[in-house]
Amino acid sequence: MFRRRKRAEAEIPSASMADIAFELMIFFLVATTFDVDTGIGLVLPPAAETTEQVKVKQSDIAKLLVNAAGEVLLDGELITVPQIRETIKNKIKANPKLIISIKTDRETSYSRYIEVLDELKLAYNDLREEYSLKTFGKSYKDLTKDQQEEVKKEIPIRISIAEPEEVK
Amino acid sequence: MKFQKKFGQTKPTIPTASLPDVIFQLILFFMVTTTIKVYDVKVRYILPEAAAIEKIENKRLVSYIWVGRDGRIQIDDNIVQLDDIIDIMYRKRQENPNVIVSLRIDRDSKMGIVIDIQQRLRKADALRINYSALQKL
Repeated sequence: MFRRRKRAEAEIPSASMADIAFELMIFFLVATTFDVDTGIGLVLPPAAETTEQVKVKQSDIAKLLVNAAGEVLLDGELITVPQIRETIKNKIKANPKLIISIKTDRETSYSRYIEVLDELKLAYNDLREEYSLKTFGKSYKDLTKDQQEEVKKEIPIRISIAEPEEVK
Repeated sequence: MKFQKKFGQTKPTIPTASLPDVIFQLILFFMVTTTIKVYDVKVRYILPEAAAIEKIENKRLVSYIWVGRDGRIQIDDNIVQLDDIIDIMYRKRQENPNVIVSLRIDRDSKMGIVIDIQQRLRKADALRINYSALQKL
């Protein structure tokens, strides 16, 4: 009674499966955000009691004071934040052994401190850039790792955090 | 001379059935190799902005300290007291001598708390720090 018709074997077209998988992959690639850690690196001085005090000549220190009102004093003279970069650059050029000592008040705002630190870093970056252009004829970021290390050694970042007066 | 075509009557096809498997393998590879460490941040903070920032190259070395705008301090997943920092960071430094401490401090904080944290980090001998900041445009 029932007649069986001969049928072709059923098949799911799998050619586009790869595209679906790709789409999935692209979605994940786009959707994942890596929060990259960026910031201003610094090395703290060792704890005061563990190391001997190293005597540094007064002329080799540039004292940078940021007071509670956010005013910046460089060696006792009032200076605006955008001026720091050029002033420090000239000072380091005049004395390559210069150490910059930053001191802040407890009431100074953190963002002002970062601004000042940023200016100092910019000054050092400029100096490194100049040095690499002079020595290698290339921009600092185009140098090889070894060359960058050499530049870093030649122009080390000497930022020091001054000992706070009273410790809670 | 006459070249005779011996085959080629049927259209040649590349079997595509296993392509998705290859792609899935790719996905799996990426999923396995990416390590994502997510912290539950309990303090509210907005990072300051700076122009001369650098990336931390080796993320495995990094340990975080958060300071919220209310002045609470968080390390790993816990809110800690100021004096706990010494012990915690000292332990971290023993596990990993090259630890970089990333300070994620709210931009409206006062330097007082920053100085306090720094003094304790110095006591714990964790001297490499990084003031976390966003790129200023």
